[in-house]
Amino acid sequence: MKTILYIVQKEFLQIARDKFLRAAIIMVPIVQMLVLGYAATFEMKNIKIYFADQDKSAESVALTKKFVASGFFVEVGNSDNVSIAERSLTNGNADVICVIPEKFSKDLTLQIPPTVQFLLNSINGSLAELSNAYCNAIIRNFSKEIMAKQGFYEISTAGIDVQTRHWYNPELNYRIFMAPGILVILVTIIGWMMTGMNLVKEKERGTIEQLNVTPIRKYQFIAGKLLPFLFIGLFDLAFGILLARIFFRVPVVGSLLTLFTFATIYLIAILGIGLFISTISNTQQQVLFVSFFFVMIFVLMSGLFTSVENMPEWGQKLNVINPMAYFIRVIRMILLKGSGFADISREMISISVYAICTNALAIWRYRKIV
Amino acid sequence: MKRFSAFIIKEFRHLLRDYRTMLIIFGIPVIQLLLFGHVITMEVKNAGIGILDLSKDEMSIKLTNKLLSSGYFQLEENIRSVTEIESLFKKGRIKEVVVFEKDFGVNLVKTGKAKMQLLTDASDPNMAGILENYTRAIILDFMREQNMLGAGQVILTEHRMYYNEQLRSANMFVPGTIALILMLISALMTSVSIAREKELGTMEILLVSPLQPIQIIMGKVIPYLVLAFLNSIIIIGVGFFVFHVPVRGSVILLFSLCLLFILLALSLGITISTVAKTQQAAMIISLVGLMLPTILLSGFIFPIENMPKVLQYISILMPPRWFLSAIKDVMLKGVGVLYIWKEIVILILMLCGFIIISIRKFQVRLD
Repeated sequence: MKTILYIVQKEFLQIARDKFLRAAIIMVPIVQMLVLGYAATFEMKNIKIYFADQDKSAESVALTKKFVASGFFVEVGNSDNVSIAERSLTNGNADVICVIPEKFSKDLTLQIPPTVQFLLNSINGSLAELSNAYCNAIIRNFSKEIMAKQGFYEISTAGIDVQTRHWYNPELNYRIFMAPGILVILVTIIGWMMTGMNLVKEKERGTIEQLNVTPIRKYQFIAGKLLPFLFIGLFDLAFGILLARIFFRVPVVGSLLTLFTFATIYLIAILGIGLFISTISNTQQQVLFVSFFFVMIFVLMSGLFTSVENMPEWGQKLNVINPMAYFIRVIRMILLKGSGFADISREMISISVYAICTNALAIWRYRKIV
Repeated sequence: MKRFSAFIIKEFRHLLRDYRTMLIIFGIPVIQLLLFGHVITMEVKNAGIGILDLSKDEMSIKLTNKLLSSGYFQLEENIRSVTEIESLFKKGRIKEVVVFEKDFGVNLVKTGKAKMQLLTDASDPNMAGILENYTRAIILDFMREQNMLGAGQVILTEHRMYYNEQLRSANMFVPGTIALILMLISALMTSVSIAREKELGTMEILLVSPLQPIQIIMGKVIPYLVLAFLNSIIIIGVGFFVFHVPVRGSVILLFSLCLLFILLALSLGITISTVAKTQQAAMIISLVGLMLPTILLSGFIFPIENMPKVLQYISILMPPRWFLSAIKDVMLKGVGVLYIWKEIVILILMLCGFIIISIRKFQVRLD
C-alpha cells in the first residue's frame, strides 16, 4: 500500500511541475464545455426563408408574417420572380424558398385549395426534414385560422385533438441533452490520453528502467499510475458539471452519489485501456494514433448526437464493447430523468466487468523487462 | 538535391514502417465513411413506445395498429395506469407514450371529437420532436381514411428538395470527412512528428547536418502532402462509387482546392510545432485547436447559423469552414471558380499568414 502511495505522490509532483498539464486540466473542460456546448446544436432557429410571393394579397402577406412570427424563420428576401428566389438558394443566402401561387387569396375565398410550394436546400438532409416539418406546422395552423374566419369553426376543431407533453425537457432545449454527453467526452479524453501518454513517456525517456529495478510489484505499479488520473478525471467531471449548471442550466435531478460511483468505475475502465495501449506501444506518437482511432469510433457510435436506437442491429451489438455508450446513456438518465441505482444496474454490471478486464489486461501485458 | 531526396526517403520509411500510422492514415477514412454511411443515422426506426389505452374500443385499436405498422414505432409496453409511466421513462426503454382517453371511440363517433395525449421522453429533444411529428402525421392520415371532419385541408403543400433529392447524408459527410482527414494528416501528424524530433533531441542532429533548415522542413512535410493528397482521392472515389456522392463541378478545381487546403493545414502544423516544445503539447494544441473546430465550427455536423454570434465570428477564422463550403459547392452544386472566389481568396490569405508566422518563429538554434 505504501509503495502505491509513493508512486501516486511521484505522479502528482510530476503533474504539478508541468505547467502545460496544469493548464490543460483546468482549461480543457472550460474550452470543451463552452465551445462544444454552444456549437453542437441541432436546434432549429433562424432558418433563412425567401418568399416568392406571386399573389401579394392580404392573405399571402399574413402567411409570410406567420413564418417570421414563429421564431424559427428569418426572412431574407421577397420577390415575385421565382428564378431570382432560386438564385438565393444556389448562393446559400436562403435555406428555404416559399412559393405562394398567384391566385392564392382568390382560391381561398372560392374554397379551392391552393398549393404552396417549398423549395429546400437539402444538402443537410436531416435539417431539411426538420425545416419541412416546421413549414407544415405553420401551414396547418394558418389553415385552421382561415377555416375559422370563413365560419367553419366547428370543422376546424373537429376530429382527434392531440396534445403533447414533453417530459424532462419541456422546451426541447438541445443543450441540456448535449451537455452531459460532452462531460463524458471530456473525462474520457483527459483520462485515456493522459495515462496513455504518461507511461510511454517514461519508456521514451528511459526512466521506466529505473522503476523496473525497484522491488515494486506489477499491480502496484499499475495502480499507482492509475489513481492520480482517476482523481483528475473525477475533479474534471465535477468541474464540468458545475460549468454545465452555470452556463446551460443543466438540471441535476438524480443523485450525484450514484453518478460519481458510476463515473469512478467508468474511469477505471478507461484508464485501463489507456494503460494497456501504452504497454503495447513504444512512443507517444503510437499511443496517440491508436487512441485517436478508437476514441473517434467510440464517440461516433456512442449516441452523443444521434440515437443509438436508430442504428442497425449489428451496430448496436458492436456497442457492447463501447464504454462511452454506457456512460452517455447513464449520465443522461441520472442528470435529466433522475434514474436511480436500480434503473442503471445493468450498465453498472457491464462497466464493472469492463473495468476488471481492461486492468487485468494492462497488468498482464506490462513487462518489467525492456 | 541528392541529400534532400535521401532525407525525404528517410522520412517516408519512417512514416510507412509503423502499422499504427497506417491505421490512422487509411483506417480512419474507411471506418469513418462506413460509420457515417451505414451506422449513424437520424432516421427513426422502431422507436420503443408505450400505449396507454383507457378505452380499448374499435377506434383506438385501429389507430394503435396503424401506428405500429408504420415502421417507426415498436410496442414495448402495454401500460395500464398513468403511475407506471414515470418509472418506464426512467428505465429508458420507451421514448413516447400514446394515451387514448376513456370512451375514445364513442366520443369520436357521437360528437366527432376525441382526445389523445402524447408524452415524450424529451431528455433527447430532437428525437422527441421527430416522434411527435410522425405520430401526428399518422393520426391525420387516420382521420382522412375515416373521412372525419377536420381532416380536409384548405391549403395544400408541395415540397422539393434541392441538391440532394433523396436526403442522403452521404452528401454531408463525404466532404466533411475529407476536411477532417486532411487536417488530421497534414496538421496533427506533422506537428507531432516535428515536436518529436525536438523532444528527443534529434532535431539538433538534423540542424547541424549540411541540410538547410528549409530543406528539413520541406522534407518533413512532403511525405504528408503526398499521403494527404492520396487520401483525398480515395475519399472522393469511395464517395463517388460507393455512396454515389456526385462531383458535379470541375474535378480539377476540386483537387486544386484539396491541394490548397493541404498546404494550409501543413503550414498550420509547422506553426504549431514551432510553438510546442513537447509532443504532448503539440497533440493537445492540435486536438483542441484544430480537430475540435474542424468537427464543430466548420458546419460539418452542426450548422453554423444556429450557433451563438460569438462562435459564428470565431468560425470565420477557421480554415475548414471555408474549405468545406467551397468543396460542397463544387461537388454538389457544380458551381465554378466565380462562385467560390471568396473562399479561395480567404484560404490563400490564411496560407500566406501561417507561412510568415512559421518562418518568423522557426529557430535554427535550440536553447
